[in-house]
Amino acid sequence: MITWPSLWRDLDRAARHALPGCSIALVMVVASVPMLLPDPGAFRAAFVLISVFFWTLYRPAALPAPVVLILGVLLDLTGNSPLGLWAVLLLLNQAMVLALRRVLAKQGFFLVWLALAAGIVGTSGLEYLIRSLLVLQFLPIWPVVIQGVIGILLYPLSAPLLIRAHRGAAAPEHA
Amino acid sequence: MFRLSVPARLVLARLTLPVMLLLALGLMIAGRANGRLTAALRLGLDDALTPAFRVMSRPMISLTRDDTALGAWVGMHRQILALRAENARLRRWQSVALALAAQNQALKSALHFVPTPTPEFFTARVIADNGGLYARSVLVSVPSGAPNLIDAIAMDGRGVVGRVVQSGLRSARVLLINDLNSRVPVAMGAAGAHALMVGTNGAMPSLQYWSPNHPPHEGEIVLTSAAGGVFPPGLPVGVVHYQGRNNPVVLPFAGLHRLQLLRLFDYHAAGQSQAQTATDQFAGNGP
Repeated sequence: MITWPSLWRDLDRAARHALPGCSIALVMVVASVPMLLPDPGAFRAAFVLISVFFWTLYRPAALPAPVVLILGVLLDLTGNSPLGLWAVLLLLNQAMVLALRRVLAKQGFFLVWLALAAGIVGTSGLEYLIRSLLVLQFLPIWPVVIQGVIGILLYPLSAPLLIRAHRGAAAPEHA
Repeated sequence: MFRLSVPARLVLARLTLPVMLLLALGLMIAGRANGRLTAALRLGLDDALTPAFRVMSRPMISLTRDDTALGAWVGMHRQILALRAENARLRRWQSVALALAAQNQALKSALHFVPTPTPEFFTARVIADNGGLYARSVLVSVPSGAPNLIDAIAMDGRGVVGRVVQSGLRSARVLLINDLNSRVPVAMGAAGAHALMVGTNGAMPSLQYWSPNHPPHEGEIVLTSAAGGVFPPGLPVGVVHYQGRNNPVVLPFAGLHRLQLLRLFDYHAAGQSQAQTATDQFAGNGP
């Protein structure tokens, strides 16, 4: 039987579950606004990578693999990268974070940042390799470097917001 | 709702990530094998997101436009000064232009010159900067009911910006001249020496394949050339600049990093419709 309080609670819980995925998609669209950011392509990819890292580490249930796949495909379609490339990269990141989760989740901010930086360097290198392989020529390397630097510097700036969302709006236990 | 047993759910949870990874790899291979799949998906997403992009870009537009309260407040004084300086400069050029126009007219009449077809054009607003790591492109919103704009030439107030590579119901994607995949045949200087302008992903496209007898000279004007059939001849692109000893690049006239309004010129439609009128007239059923 459906009772009103329980329906509201279910709706609340559903909204909290959907928050991480929806907020990432929203930021992707907002970042495309002309003349808002100097390098929107690099910013979008860096932000999505950071968010997937963060949510997988602290609340894996909030960002299941199918959602990550969809976000990756969206990133590929809006950013003109080869279809499926970012889906693969994001899922590999998620797999890596899930494997290291027990150790990483207990660490403080700086070690987590270091792990994220390592993840970004690995991801950027892999992206460069795959893209160069797909077109069979060496692409210029500095766009990947810039994207990596943006990602590493963006984490301390976005972490306070992400942590607030993690403790408050995205927490189903508060529903 | 049916419930799975606990071990079954555990197995399912463990399998999701590998299955999704395989799916993503499959997508990558499918996208590589069939380029039209990616293009169709991208077109669909662009069209679907166009209303959202329009709404999102509105605050930015009102900041940069002068007929809104905020925009006027931000930029008016600075713009007045800039306009005064530009006006003085343009006055000097006006007399040059008038003299050249008269001379041009005289030369044309001496040559029995046939003018190039006047293109149809749309003015379109840039609603999203969709550049990626190795891609320089913008999304513009076009009026619904616009014809297929593929290969239309996009210009801002100063020069060539790029070419439409994807045209949907509400949106069109413009590949900018500094994209890695952009190749524009150009003519340099008064002699019109041919070269190819190749996008480098940076601000200045490089000049390649110029004839050793007619190397590009610093400060020469670069115009589009009709070689290849996509661009009409004589549209302003930029000026030649030497970045290194043997590395000529083009400084584009267009402000590629702050595009707001683009004009999309459909030369092909113009050429076709004029050709059509010509054949109609020839067959005796035209006006």
